[in-house]
Amino acid sequence: MKKLTQENAPILEALEKMKQRRIVPFDVPGHKRGRGNKVLTDFLGEKCMAVDVNSMKPLDNLCHPVSVIKDAEHLAAAAFGAAHAFFMVGGTTSSVQAMILTVCKRGDKIILPRNVHRSVINAMILCGAVPIYINPQMDKTLGISLGMSIADVTAAIENNPDAKAVLVNNPTYYGICSDIKTIVRTAHANNMFVLADEAHGTHFYFSDRLPLAAMHAGADMAAVSLHKSGGSLTQSSMLFINDKISEGYVRQIINLTQTTSGSYLLMSSLDISRRNLALCGKQIIDSVIDLVEYARSEINNIGDYYAYSQEKIDGDAIYDFDITKLSIYTRSIGLAGIEVYDILRDEYDIQTEFGDLANLLAYVSIGDRPRDMERLVSALSEIRRIYKKDSTGMLEAEYINPQVILPPQDAFYTDNEKSLPLDEAVGKVCTEFVMCYPPGIPILAPGELVTGQVLEYIHYAKEKGCQMTGPEDMELKHLNVMG
Amino acid sequence: MELWFTEKHTPYVRFSIKVDKQLYSGKSEFQRIDVFESKEFGRILTLDGYLMLTEKDEFIYHEMITHVPMSVMPQAQKILIIGGGDGGTAREILRYKTVKRIDLVDIDATVADVCRKYIPQTGASLDDPRVHCHFEDGLKYIRHYENDYDIIIVDSTDPFGPGEGLFTKEFYGNCYKALKDDGIMVNQHESPFYTEDAYAMQRAHKRIFASFPISRIYQAHIPTYPSGHWLFGFASKKYHPIEDADWDKWEKLGIKTRYYNPKLHAGAFALPNYVEEIVREVE
Repeated sequence: MKKLTQENAPILEALEKMKQRRIVPFDVPGHKRGRGNKVLTDFLGEKCMAVDVNSMKPLDNLCHPVSVIKDAEHLAAAAFGAAHAFFMVGGTTSSVQAMILTVCKRGDKIILPRNVHRSVINAMILCGAVPIYINPQMDKTLGISLGMSIADVTAAIENNPDAKAVLVNNPTYYGICSDIKTIVRTAHANNMFVLADEAHGTHFYFSDRLPLAAMHAGADMAAVSLHKSGGSLTQSSMLFINDKISEGYVRQIINLTQTTSGSYLLMSSLDISRRNLALCGKQIIDSVIDLVEYARSEINNIGDYYAYSQEKIDGDAIYDFDITKLSIYTRSIGLAGIEVYDILRDEYDIQTEFGDLANLLAYVSIGDRPRDMERLVSALSEIRRIYKKDSTGMLEAEYINPQVILPPQDAFYTDNEKSLPLDEAVGKVCTEFVMCYPPGIPILAPGELVTGQVLEYIHYAKEKGCQMTGPEDMELKHLNVMG
Repeated sequence: MELWFTEKHTPYVRFSIKVDKQLYSGKSEFQRIDVFESKEFGRILTLDGYLMLTEKDEFIYHEMITHVPMSVMPQAQKILIIGGGDGGTAREILRYKTVKRIDLVDIDATVADVCRKYIPQTGASLDDPRVHCHFEDGLKYIRHYENDYDIIIVDSTDPFGPGEGLFTKEFYGNCYKALKDDGIMVNQHESPFYTEDAYAMQRAHKRIFASFPISRIYQAHIPTYPSGHWLFGFASKKYHPIEDADWDKWEKLGIKTRYYNPKLHAGAFALPNYVEEIVREVE
């Protein structure tokens, strides 16, 4: 058999062959290559429906890969510098959950920064792990949480020698990286695993102009959202492990919650995107960097706005910065990032990734064109001309140190729960999530104390138009707390 | 030999011109460019397969996009043309001796070069010393000017492809900013007839209407454009397109036109009811 190279895309090739054979489908899915659902086929296209198929011998099986999926995973592992890769079809949420469920059992401690994605805390509800939060440093002006300082990580490790793992955002939603190499060294010296949430870090693996990728830094596991900067379909993701983690055990963990009908649309998109990144990643990322650098300089020339970059690096909590991230500080024109985000969408037909209370994030990647960037820059210039107002009286963002009273699982599954009007919940232990979405980082997690400061933040964010998600009461007039 | 240029005006309507020969075919960084020779329409310029101009009927478009604003502001001295790399709009503006400077901003230098060589009827104007060509994105160019131009003429391609940025709110807002206090913006405004075109036209009007205190639409008959019924937008900070037109002064200039005249200027703003309805819906 011919040796596979990065030029191959085994899942794509198998699907092409399957189409040529014109197999008569007496299996699921019931739309039978689209014939049974004309409206959907007209909408998505015949080509797409023809490969929405079930696992079969020539196409392998995601739950137990032995042929083309296994080959595709091997190629992905080689491309990303890991011992093994898992193709994931439940989003990077499923990759993150698999990492935590692999290393933590009930009662095990895990050290992590507070600005983790909700999927991390959800995983702790599932497995009963206990979070040891590290205060991610705050940039007071920008109002964003940063990376973890090495002193804080070291102290947390010393204070919790029984912790099983350290989880690192590499990078944060805003493109900020901690010193992952030192964290790996310290954690390993203390027999702890290092897990990396690389939902926003796919491109790190393919450029030497970007921060260090987790697997290259020696991390044990990394959850990588290929569908973000890698170009694959929404909901597809990859999980990487090194040779210290058992491949078979991780697959068992994944199969606890993963579908047995893995989508070939998603898997082929991972396969094709891996090939594209392996073959042309460097060049693609160079062009993204050029486009973002151009935009940053144009936006900073408009006045007031601040599109920040590597000048923020401080060697500790901002150990490195992902220069493909276009984060723009907007409070200097008197508008919250979320307000600029809304104006861009409603008035200018421009959809950005998110706005928080002080910043706007435009996601720039593989598919962006210079002319679209001109639109964004011009619209920002217009928004400043038309809407600029006094910026005093806007809330200074501060890190709210969570007071963890109970492990998330204990609080979430408590028998002693009641629903209180939001403002009456002060001093109680919350049993559910409240988060500002996006970016989906918790303001309150199950097991944490509701404080006045937390409520003030919730009211302000709501007033500015942020979507508050998580609680049972979707309007967040009531909050579930321990009785 | 049967050689025809065909453009789909909708997925179900085709428009064809018999071609004598193809004079040029090339691909720039932005689009495919072709020039054909035809019996009926003379030379034809197409971009990505869409007909941009023919020697026979370009005068209608270029006269209507220039003399309407110029007769409202015959004293205009500094003009900005966005798009218009074929040179036709610049040619008409150059007929006003009082105009001191024309900045022409087109994204595609190749179109200008091809027109200079193959369609000198319009392209020759690009070499006039009063015309200053800038080959860059119009949206980028305009951002850097404030209170600078008397008239801006948006001579764009369609609202898809390289010209789509010229149909956006951010573009019109930046034009407003780049104009002087009594400035006028005129734009190629698509057609009201076929559904897709009408939608683009309505959206463009909505955005211009939101950006300028005075915003009116006028029409012309252009045989080689989809449906033949074509619109232009007149947006202004101060002057009304009819009440403030200075036709005595304009007639004294002695500019000989083949399509445009003062009566037609006034009449062109009288729109068919169905067009009025599309326009009013977003005002």
